[in-house]
Amino acid sequence: MSTVRLTAKPSPATGRRIVGLEKRHSLTGWAFLTPAAVLIAVMSFYPMIQSFILSLHTGRGTVLHWASPIWYNYARLFQDQTFKLTIQNTFIYLVIQVPIMLIMALILATILNDKTLRFKGLWRTAIFLPCAVSLVSYSMVFRTLFATNGAINDALMGLHLIDSPINWLAQTGTARMVIILGLLWRWTGYNMVFYLAALQTIDYSTFEAARIDGANTVQTFFHVTVPQLRPMILLTAIMSTNGTLQLFDESWNLTQGGPANTSMTMSHYLYQLSFQSNPNIGYGSAVSYAILIMVAILAAIQMKVGDKRD
Amino acid sequence: MTRKLRRAVMYAVLVIASLLSVFPLYFMIVSATNTSAQVLGARLLPGLQLLTNLHALMAQQDLLAALWHSSLNAVSTTVLALIVCAVAGYGFEVYHSRGKDAVMNILLLTMMIPFAATMIPLFRMFSEAGLANSTLAVILPAISTPFLILLFRQSARSFPHEILDAARIDGLGELTIFVRMFIPTMRSTFAAAAVITFMGAWNNFLWPRVILISNSQQTITMLISNFRAGYVIDYGVLMLAVLVASLPTMIIFLILQRSFANGITGAVQ
Repeated sequence: MSTVRLTAKPSPATGRRIVGLEKRHSLTGWAFLTPAAVLIAVMSFYPMIQSFILSLHTGRGTVLHWASPIWYNYARLFQDQTFKLTIQNTFIYLVIQVPIMLIMALILATILNDKTLRFKGLWRTAIFLPCAVSLVSYSMVFRTLFATNGAINDALMGLHLIDSPINWLAQTGTARMVIILGLLWRWTGYNMVFYLAALQTIDYSTFEAARIDGANTVQTFFHVTVPQLRPMILLTAIMSTNGTLQLFDESWNLTQGGPANTSMTMSHYLYQLSFQSNPNIGYGSAVSYAILIMVAILAAIQMKVGDKRD
Repeated sequence: MTRKLRRAVMYAVLVIASLLSVFPLYFMIVSATNTSAQVLGARLLPGLQLLTNLHALMAQQDLLAALWHSSLNAVSTTVLALIVCAVAGYGFEVYHSRGKDAVMNILLLTMMIPFAATMIPLFRMFSEAGLANSTLAVILPAISTPFLILLFRQSARSFPHEILDAARIDGLGELTIFVRMFIPTMRSTFAAAAVITFMGAWNNFLWPRVILISNSQQTITMLISNFRAGYVIDYGVLMLAVLVASLPTMIIFLILQRSFANGITGAVQ
């Protein structure tokens, strides 16, 4: 009955009542989103602005004053060899690890999307499982596996691939390699799940049609799968880039940044500057802003490249 | 023939990928039952040292306190995040207006702010408020996330408008509709959000490391991390500590894997 009344042309009086009701609903809506919005404003936006203001200060500990010249900390960034080294380390991880990981995740997702595949759940669970452990936990497991007198060296010596144990975490190249291996192990399954979710929304007949047209597996992959997954590939690339630029747990726990800071990430250096012996939070804030700007620039570049149509 | 070869390659890739994925976790589990020397010697069979290791771990570290702190942090973050973000996501979608869309877009921008860029002022804010070392300081920055709001907004999109209208005509208040109509129909979204939030909070390291200055409040991830400072590490004990820290999230993962997958991918579908 009431529905009938509502669908009828509203008289001026009920019309006003409906407007009043909408206004009230709109206010309810604002009330609903206020707690979340306030928390984000206080816990993200405000600190982000504060961070910039702090980056214009110098001083040790809690005694801070405006820097002179005002860009002093930013000028110092360009002279800071350690900071340059941590940028270099982070970008080595980014450039080597992210592409390998995304390609492996794409291949695994494509295989798992095959309709004729058996034990699908088993494979998926196994490959996705590394996501169940924390970054600190897996860092400690990898640290144990790659200890000088540890399991990996024992296995390689047992197979006569090496004559003497390798000190994995004490050499620049191998220490970086162990971090990259760790990242690949922890995150490939995670990205695979994104691709699987996207593949499931694609009509399976497009893959079958490609096969009937005589395309082989590799051709189908490059000409059917990859183009259809383009938005998801862009998203995972942005997420992985963002994550890599913020790496901390692995650098801190797995290699402790060593040897001689050659595996240290930017966030690890930032932590060291800001919270360890004789903290310099003004300069730390400048480093944090440098990270923020790099994240923003890389995301913008990727969106630009990813949006391009063939 | 090529068809057979293709299938063989497919299964070979899956077997290798699965073994590589599972091996470090298997190693962690068996190592928790072995002596330090056996762990380093790559013993891959379960041993008899589990209780000895547990004894040593409890003697060296306050394991139960760390587990309690991690549980308290993870559970309270999850409960509060679910309430705040579900209400907000629902508010953005059901009462949506141009103004609210603008607010949502601003909030989404924070997804691109690295935590590093807010960490120092957050530390100062909480310290000045006398909240360093407190649970509140650990959980507050993690409660309201654009990601969860987006997830709930997406699911509110599929909430039938007829139900809403019918409930309003029946005279139900807006909050009652949310609690009695929306929550029960969106159970799977809540499950997904709960799983990812709990796992994220349980595994979080950097922020607790920054704000929990005294070791008396340390979480289980901090406890594990402290092992790295020792010159002589008992690897059996370490692997047991890692196993204890990982058990809750591994169990949740194995039971609620689908919810977890929906949680991480849900907001972008």
